[in-house]
Amino acid sequence: MSFNVIGKPVQRGDAAAKVTGRALYTRDMKMPGMLYAKILRAEIAHGYVKSYDISEAEKLPGVVKIVLPKDVKANPWPSAGHPYSLNPAHQDIADRQILNEKIRLFGDEIGAVVAKDELTAEKAVKLIKVAYEALPFVLDAEEAMKEGAPILHGDETNILRHTDIKHGKEELSTAFSKCDYILEQEFDVTPVQHAHLENHIAYAYVDPEDRLTIVTSTQIAHIVRRVVAHALNLPFGKVRVIQPYIGGGFGNKQDVVIEPMAAMLSLACNGRPVMVDLTREEVFYGSRTRHGIRFKFKTGVSKDGRLLAKSMVSIGNNGAYASHGHSIVAKGGTNFSRTYPAELATEWNGYTVYTNTATAGAMRGYGIPQVNFAVECHMDDLADDIGMDPIEFKQKNVMKLGFVDPVSGIEIKSCGLPECIEKGKAYIDWDNKRKEYLNQKGDKRKGVGFALFSYATAVWPFSMELAGARLTMNQDGSLQLTVGAAEIGQGSDTVFAQMAAEVMGVPFSMVNVVRGTDTDIHPYDPGAYASRQTYVAGQAVRQAAESVRDQVCARAAKKYDIDVKDVEIRDAKIYRVSAGRLLCTLEQLAMESFYEKDESSTIASEKSANVKSNALAFGVCVTEVEVDVKTGKVNILKICNIHDSGTIINPILASGQVEGGMSMSCGLALSEGLKYDPKTGQMLTDNLLDYKLPTVLDTPHFDVDFVEPYDVTGPFGNKALGEPPAVPPAAAIRNAIKHATGVRVFATPMNPQSLFEAFREAGLN
Amino acid sequence: MEQTISFTINDEQRTMVIHPGQSLLELIREDLGLTGAKQGCGVGECGACAVLVNGQAVDSCLYLAAWADGKTVVTVEGLSQYGELTNMQKAFVEGGAVQCGFCTPGIIMTATEMEARDRNYTEADIKRALSGHLCRCTGYTKIVEATKKGLENVGKCSCDHE
Ligand code: FES
Ligand code: FES
Repeated sequence: MSFNVIGKPVQRGDAAAKVTGRALYTRDMKMPGMLYAKILRAEIAHGYVKSYDISEAEKLPGVVKIVLPKDVKANPWPSAGHPYSLNPAHQDIADRQILNEKIRLFGDEIGAVVAKDELTAEKAVKLIKVAYEALPFVLDAEEAMKEGAPILHGDETNILRHTDIKHGKEELSTAFSKCDYILEQEFDVTPVQHAHLENHIAYAYVDPEDRLTIVTSTQIAHIVRRVVAHALNLPFGKVRVIQPYIGGGFGNKQDVVIEPMAAMLSLACNGRPVMVDLTREEVFYGSRTRHGIRFKFKTGVSKDGRLLAKSMVSIGNNGAYASHGHSIVAKGGTNFSRTYPAELATEWNGYTVYTNTATAGAMRGYGIPQVNFAVECHMDDLADDIGMDPIEFKQKNVMKLGFVDPVSGIEIKSCGLPECIEKGKAYIDWDNKRKEYLNQKGDKRKGVGFALFSYATAVWPFSMELAGARLTMNQDGSLQLTVGAAEIGQGSDTVFAQMAAEVMGVPFSMVNVVRGTDTDIHPYDPGAYASRQTYVAGQAVRQAAESVRDQVCARAAKKYDIDVKDVEIRDAKIYRVSAGRLLCTLEQLAMESFYEKDESSTIASEKSANVKSNALAFGVCVTEVEVDVKTGKVNILKICNIHDSGTIINPILASGQVEGGMSMSCGLALSEGLKYDPKTGQMLTDNLLDYKLPTVLDTPHFDVDFVEPYDVTGPFGNKALGEPPAVPPAAAIRNAIKHATGVRVFATPMNPQSLFEAFREAGLN
Repeated sequence: MEQTISFTINDEQRTMVIHPGQSLLELIREDLGLTGAKQGCGVGECGACAVLVNGQAVDSCLYLAAWADGKTVVTVEGLSQYGELTNMQKAFVEGGAVQCGFCTPGIIMTATEMEARDRNYTEADIKRALSGHLCRCTGYTKIVEATKKGLENVGKCSCDHE
């Protein structure tokens, strides 16, 4: 496939606005008469508010409104950024109240103060006296499943959902009886946080036409509109949501976290603009986290390394509220059952469990970073145990081109995994280093590690996939592109403009993107998640551009009285192909379309694409580490992700995505983790000092490579890229630590403290 | 409890009435409408709020507005004229070092400070200088590369090339 604009490293369209400080984020916009809110948060992890005393707070000058749960009239709402389901059985759990009398986590929202400025609101919150009735609380998911555990919702169980998937030719127990070797292991992935640099922030007001408007840092403007409308009993058309520039989301803003609060507070203050700007601490405990998940494996193989039978139990800690519910643990289950198909039997049991910790939701990779860490470590150990090279073992058993996923029905139509593996081995000098680093002594030891992954693009067939795009031609032949898909820093706007320019036959600079998302302006698209945008919204952009191109060609054919098939647009000029002759410029034609007296019509198209396919992206991570067995410190010497995401639309943006994802996975592997005080249930790591987000000094140089098989289901042969990079590094690092030291680690983060202890147990230090 | 300060902000001489508890970040964002500097934490952990005070990058969320009296403050808005980027800004744009852009204004200020100093930088120096800035999007690779490029353009980088 040869392209002119696609595949080129064009500079992102918004970069200049961002380096000059001219890009406006939510907090950068102020309205006359703006009020500021602060949330009153619970200081127990589980229980009830018995009473409030607001007498002191009320007296504070500048306080406009104090709102308590009894004052709020709203429907319970689901916070997940999922497309709506018309089937009530598939709808998200509507367990959120804007303010709560029952407390389910330390920091739960139990009241709010609106004041003329933030300081006053904060002072007033501190003046409110709350009496609690405390209940016992539970922080660990497996504990929460036990008989007698404190129950968060209802009175029966903390298990939000359990799924049990079985497939294969034989019963699991029969299959295990045929195995030559069986390995049972348990892994724990500790919850981490997105830590996007811009905290959650939104403001709401009622506009002069009585429409509720919410300006918010979100990945899912159209979903926010639906959820707020439902929560506050308003017609959809009376709610408008605007997403300006956004300072990162990574899934934490694929959730309706604060918008109903801002909206409710504005309505409580007569429609005046009310700003809700969370602090960093509030974002840590009060928004969403990655799920902590415990995995238990039993896997059996033949002597020659064929995978015969496997079972996995995964227990996901969902925290206090449902948010995305079971879908994250479930996505991990499908990934488990598919990536290494077992010849005889597969079984997976997944549990999503409520506990009194921060609510877990979507985070870059949606459950796959966790399951991939566990599976890739487990497979590595299996290979070691039967004396096989881990890459050889994995390559032998991983799914191949043409494989049909038994659960989702997705068929693999393109697979660059073998090439990724070869490139990875060459990059790290695998065969030599595997031998060279055997039997090291001394304090500093080196090792190499590997992990592979597969990752589904978009959410079909589990949910609907729909995206809209509008393309409008201006008088000079330049174009306005309006997409519902959300630019959240990943560069999607730039990539869509490349797609439109490619189809139209114009230079990239002629496509202007209408930035942000405004539900009044931008066509419907559920938003930025599931690495879906280039794949799904790309189809809509492609179709709209094809339509505009065809309108231009038809007009030219009519004007010059030639066959429309003989017309082509190249570099914003219109040619007659058979004669190789320039007919006119696109600008001339556009001017005529606007102003010709008898035959004027604007040239524009709006398309919505209902995509009913999915494509698997693949890739590997290889790394070489140096481990200090005396201190437990790991130094990454070299690390590279190699991706098959199909066609790469923009290599510089793509490698930027990969580097960022790798850094996130390195953080999960080596330093990040949320901790709670077992005595109170309060989060201990709710700031950027105690939470060990990698700094530039903790970060190696990330190497990135791509292989580009063309996937026929993608609009330009492209597949998922946004999330996959955050998947494989953690397991590759763990496997490299094992290669260096012989010590198997079973939990993240592998920080100096935990490794020091593991090495001590192994007698290394 | 009010106080008057005089200072230079982006080449303009200003006299302003402030509250003693006010941070420089609040002053420039809320009172002067210079919203380029961002607040990521408000307590000196992220670097998104960095501005130059007498040529040195500081976390303006921790820097009292009162301390700016008599000083020269430059924010990201003061670096370039409309339509024209500085050498360092260009290096970031061309190097793909910008994603969501929330950390960018702060990092640009530190990189600009380095560019202005009369010395050479190794890669380790660059990393040390940037270590007060958190970025969650880029994994830092392109930020380090862009800073290198910007310094190289003015002959101030002594980094090895691979
Ligand atoms: S806002 Fe100043 S350091 Fe984070
Ligand atoms: S570009 Fe998003 S935090 Fe740095």
